[in-house]
Amino acid sequence: MPFHEMFEPDGSVRSCYDEVQQWVERTGIAGLNRRMDEAEAIFRRIGITFAVYGEGGDPERLIPFDLLPRIFTAQEWRVLDKGIRQRARALNAFLHDVYHRGEIVKAGIMPADIIYRNSAYLAEMADFTPPGKVYSHIVGIDIVRTGPGSFEVLEDNCRTPSGVSYMLENREIMTRMFPELFNQGIVAPVDDYPAELLKSLKEVAPPACKGDPVVVVLTPGSLNSAYYEHSFLADLMGVELVEPADLFVDGDRVYMKTTLGPKAVDVIYRRIDDEYLDPLVFRADSLLGVPGIFNVYRNGGVTLASAPGAGIADDKAVYIYVPEMIRFYLGEKPILDNIQTWQCGKPDEMAYVLENLHELVAKEVHGSGGYGMLIGPKSTKDEIAAYAARIRANPGEFIAQPTLDLSTVPTLGPAAVVGRHADFRPYCLVGKQIRLVPGGLTRVALTEGSLVVNSSQGGGVKDTWVLQD
Amino acid sequence: MLSRTAENLFWMARYMERAEATARLLTMGQRMAILPGAHHRDEWRSVVRATGAGHQFPEDTIVTESDAVSFMMLDADNPSSIRSCLLKARANAKSARTMLTQDMWEALNEGWRKLDSYDVGEARQQLPTLIDWVKTRVMTFRGAAHSGQLRNEGHDFLRAGSALERAQMTLRLLDVKYYVLLPETEVIGGNRDHYQWTSVLHALSGSRAYHHVYGGTYTPWQITDFLMLNRLFPRSVAYCYDQLAYRLNRLAGWHDARAACHETVHDMVAALEKLDSGEIFRFGLHETVQHGLSSTNRLGAEIAEAYHFG
Repeated sequence: MPFHEMFEPDGSVRSCYDEVQQWVERTGIAGLNRRMDEAEAIFRRIGITFAVYGEGGDPERLIPFDLLPRIFTAQEWRVLDKGIRQRARALNAFLHDVYHRGEIVKAGIMPADIIYRNSAYLAEMADFTPPGKVYSHIVGIDIVRTGPGSFEVLEDNCRTPSGVSYMLENREIMTRMFPELFNQGIVAPVDDYPAELLKSLKEVAPPACKGDPVVVVLTPGSLNSAYYEHSFLADLMGVELVEPADLFVDGDRVYMKTTLGPKAVDVIYRRIDDEYLDPLVFRADSLLGVPGIFNVYRNGGVTLASAPGAGIADDKAVYIYVPEMIRFYLGEKPILDNIQTWQCGKPDEMAYVLENLHELVAKEVHGSGGYGMLIGPKSTKDEIAAYAARIRANPGEFIAQPTLDLSTVPTLGPAAVVGRHADFRPYCLVGKQIRLVPGGLTRVALTEGSLVVNSSQGGGVKDTWVLQD
Repeated sequence: MLSRTAENLFWMARYMERAEATARLLTMGQRMAILPGAHHRDEWRSVVRATGAGHQFPEDTIVTESDAVSFMMLDADNPSSIRSCLLKARANAKSARTMLTQDMWEALNEGWRKLDSYDVGEARQQLPTLIDWVKTRVMTFRGAAHSGQLRNEGHDFLRAGSALERAQMTLRLLDVKYYVLLPETEVIGGNRDHYQWTSVLHALSGSRAYHHVYGGTYTPWQITDFLMLNRLFPRSVAYCYDQLAYRLNRLAGWHDARAACHETVHDMVAALEKLDSGEIFRFGLHETVQHGLSSTNRLGAEIAEAYHFG
């Protein structure tokens, strides 16, 4: 049996869930299900949606929301907090190193190929140091739990981790619907996040910035699947939400087009991919992007957050080496473990993977969102054979991990509280300081036994509580 | 403020006003169409003409209520249908989301695809309910902006857009009256004429206000005076022009810069001040209305130019 976050094996309630248990008993399952409908109506009215393309139906969907919170004790959180900060520091140190001296390669810890032949590596970033030496300003780290004390990192998201708006909105909904749960002040608040984000962004203002830095959020536009989040964050920080066409380069600065004429911009929290940033440097065929912006960036006229090329650190082939990075750059023992991972690029590891594919989870190195995965134990022989053929054709493009006994979190079913697999994504902010609000996004697979929590594939979300001592 | 945001606010307000105007036109069409003999007079044609889309309907057939409801309320290909207007207003709002209050957004977001599911039969059956729904959406939106939005330039762009569109709506409604006038068979001041004029007032929710200003009598020149020149009635052309002048003046103040639109609106206000209803009828109501529509169009283009709309 997987570890259940709410119940001990003997059926008794783990003490951190006492309040929730009483609340479930008081309200009753039917009552809670009625409140779920209300919550959904609120989400719909406020417009918290994400877009799914090409599947017909309503292009703007709600992510299913589950009322039962996922809870961390203060003690559990202290470990997570330290481990997450440590990882964010190491990843930023790694990014600086790969775009400068490459000492981790010289020391023989990582093979050069993994970095320099990687499509996420941007040669254009070599020898350039972003303000404050920060590359990834918002590090989203996906964490799973396999037992009482064991948290493991599933992957790192150093580019533009999304979902933080759900962390804030889930809490908002919960406090709106169940104020009595929060009255006792046992749940640590997360609503500082936008203020902390703004502080972090201002701390990395470029050399050309004079006075209070002008920060903007850059979105591809209102059709983007995460547009709601982009506007939400801009709104809560009180900064402009711009699209590429609102920006232009003149001389050594970037400006936004306003009704008062051009206004200089200092820090751009960009939520568009590297390749669409600047058609003069990256994709000449793209109509998106701001021509010349990369040159201004390199000359200290503007800060891009996160830095172009930061994606190399969330590559799944690089992920394997993060514990080594922690030892190498920080001289510390890793607080959070990686999941054991086999690289198909290495012949002996590929052999093991091919032999054991029926009990492994295999992934594309560059895949995301749960696409292109094979979950061995849930696949047919034919599916496994087809996937094996793909691995043989392109070994370097695949990794594999054991199917973990992921913990389950309490989730509201039609007639009872049920256990569903979940992961957890905290958002670590890196400026001059490292900041972490006590919480994050818990994503939950709503189908029994399923391990896929991605919102694009039917996963849901729930509020995450960190209890105060 | 971003030019794109200003443009979105301006057009969002225009689309909301337009949705309401179209709903009001439908109300008026229904009222006129229940008069005896309406079928032969092709009343609905005058209504679709007032939306500027008369040419879409062949001259040799009667425009039916079905045609009008389908075209003006539901047609996804008609950029001025209520459905299109609400969808576009919401798209503008989404793009300018950070400038909207939560209440404004909710007013635009609630039921934003409601009209997708209606066919023309259902829409006709429920026409009064649907029209009320549209008006409520628009009024909720307007109230949310009125009571919650910061009085910064964004608010001025919003109100300017709404005043411009509203001036056009009133002008178009007056034009409907022109189109349904049948000089060969009807005497000005006759019963039907009287009824049609009051329909115009009714569609603008102006009947009560009219009584307060002019007492119980309806005359075409008094109604025209009221809708064109009365500075106290918030849907009159004069009132809308005053609003436009006020909003554009404030924008000039924010930006410390004047442009062609500021001269144009000044001239529009001044020209209207010199008119009385007698002159309007001497010059020709239709001509006056057409002149008004073309100046408001020009003003819209000049505003776009002054504030660098895309």
